Amino acid sequence: MSKKQVWVFIENTSKGIADVSKELLSKGKDLAETLQGEVCAIHLGYNIKASAQELFDLHCDKVYSIDHKELKDFRALPYTTNIVNAIKKYSPYIVLFGASFTGRELGPRIASAVKCGLTADCTELKIGDFDSKPDKKVYQDLLLQIRPAFGGNIIATIVNPLMHPQMATVRQGVMKMREPLKKGSGKGEVITIEAEIKNEDLVLEVIEKIQEEKKVDLTGAQIVVAGGMGVGGKENFELIKELAQVLGGEVGATRAVVDAGWIHKDHQVGQTGTTVRPKLYIACGISGSIQHMAGMQESKQIISINTDANAPAMSIAHYKIVGDLKKIIPMMIKAYKEKA
Amino acid sequence: MYKIVVLAKQVPDTHNVTAKAMKDDGTVNRAALPTIFNPEDLNALEAALQVKDQYGAEITVITMGPPTAAEVLRDSLYRGADKVVLLTDRRFAGADTLATSYVLSCAIKKIGKVDLIFAGVQAIDGDTAQVGPQTAEKLEISQIGYMHDILGLTKTEIKVKRAIDNGTEVVKSKLPAMITVTGTANEPRFPSVKKVAKFKKAMTKTELSKMSDSLSYLSPSDYTEAALKGKGLLIEEWSLDDVKADPALCGLSGSPTKVFKIDSVVLGATETKEIPGDESGIRSLIHELIEEHIIG
Repeated sequence: MSKKQVWVFIENTSKGIADVSKELLSKGKDLAETLQGEVCAIHLGYNIKASAQELFDLHCDKVYSIDHKELKDFRALPYTTNIVNAIKKYSPYIVLFGASFTGRELGPRIASAVKCGLTADCTELKIGDFDSKPDKKVYQDLLLQIRPAFGGNIIATIVNPLMHPQMATVRQGVMKMREPLKKGSGKGEVITIEAEIKNEDLVLEVIEKIQEEKKVDLTGAQIVVAGGMGVGGKENFELIKELAQVLGGEVGATRAVVDAGWIHKDHQVGQTGTTVRPKLYIACGISGSIQHMAGMQESKQIISINTDANAPAMSIAHYKIVGDLKKIIPMMIKAYKEKA
Repeated sequence: MYKIVVLAKQVPDTHNVTAKAMKDDGTVNRAALPTIFNPEDLNALEAALQVKDQYGAEITVITMGPPTAAEVLRDSLYRGADKVVLLTDRRFAGADTLATSYVLSCAIKKIGKVDLIFAGVQAIDGDTAQVGPQTAEKLEISQIGYMHDILGLTKTEIKVKRAIDNGTEVVKSKLPAMITVTGTANEPRFPSVKKVAKFKKAMTKTELSKMSDSLSYLSPSDYTEAALKGKGLLIEEWSLDDVKADPALCGLSGSPTKVFKIDSVVLGATETKEIPGDESGIRSLIHELIEEHIIG
């Protein structure tokens, strides 16, 4: 029997392969190892042949490559047709997409065409058995698709026992990346698939792309200073920014703060924002909703500053400071400037 | 005149929900929770209303759900929808996104020629963003996700600005097209007082049959199906058979994804050290962090 294949959809950006695709190749490799299978890239684009080596260095065993000028920009319809063709021909066991704008537009359309299940926005993937009570059967080695549900109030594990491939989109920034192999040392096989371009798939035309460089890099930040409603107002938020700047970190915020218009959404940490795991997370005036804490609880060190000693964010912190952040933050800035 | 369909969903307000609201089979016990009009679906309706204001359109809002989902349809009428349809049938229950989009696509086919379909990007109970693209696939039409703005509309094409990863994109699509609308695309208008006065009596057949006993003191002739229909106050209810759907593709049986288990959210317990909020406490904390190379 041929090896089980874990496919990862490769997203192209102006700077090359998207980070989320790299993260998924790492996770895909873990899953493939458990299944004694292989991790494969499904890569569409125009003039993409040169990326194959990079994909091998990112632990890919095989690259399925579909190269055509009509596939240069992501468009849901021609991408769907071509990936569906490939899925039907090579029968992957699992197909993963980043839960990016692209992945969340493409994954559902493919799942609908293939008539298989798709779980959105997973934060963890595992291989395990599913004991199905209605049909009294144990399905072995299924993809356990784990995601927050119901506004983040619960964690659901979803399986697709019957209709394969098993497909999922996965949150950006939550899967740990493996160290890539030494440049040029990865080895694998390229399978070139001829593109199918149908006129009825070309109903959408990209006229203009406006790339906005994200000014905020929460995912990559080693230190995040974040504020919640307890900060007390837009003016006080300057204190958060100042502490972040002094420590060389990024500014984070809760959803409530973003909704209140104190700061741009790019700064939002949590389930509907960015997941972070910095060396240090300083939570200022954050009571700690589940949705927020799920996006920062893996930070290596957490300091929580709050007037309420019993706020949930205080209980997950390594250091808690009970008090008024308007007094405490200036003391921190002063102490740091003296020491550093 | 453009024919527009808006997909709406009645959702539980997911802000204060616990695992207690879940049934043993992992599906949601919606009856136990307050319900609202899914926020982004209001943006979708607003986008449709703006097309109607500017170009002229007939807007049909459809929703799939239990009989109580008629509430979002009345709300749609208050805001300016022309027609509303409730897709309700016990055999639709337990549907995942694939089975849901199948039923919606059957209903849209029954409506007939449609130029534009608007839906919210995602619903706040599932957060999947899958039903829009999947419905488009089932109808074999174009899809545009994450719309911000409509830039132009002709008889055959729509031009929109939409969000993409790291930016925005201007795209042009042939009609018909499915467009999913973000929560920041527009400011949904409020219900009109006049329309509320008119449509607060709008109801489905099911609602009518429930109230006919208790409201016998009202003039019964006003509360017949024919009377309501005559006044444009009868909310259409379509069953599985009405939309000619295949039962095997609906509800639980048409849903490939199964809920394996539900856990409550457990956050890592940590040993917490309390730092005094005074100068010396803060100074020693900062010192410790520098020593451990966490900062500095």
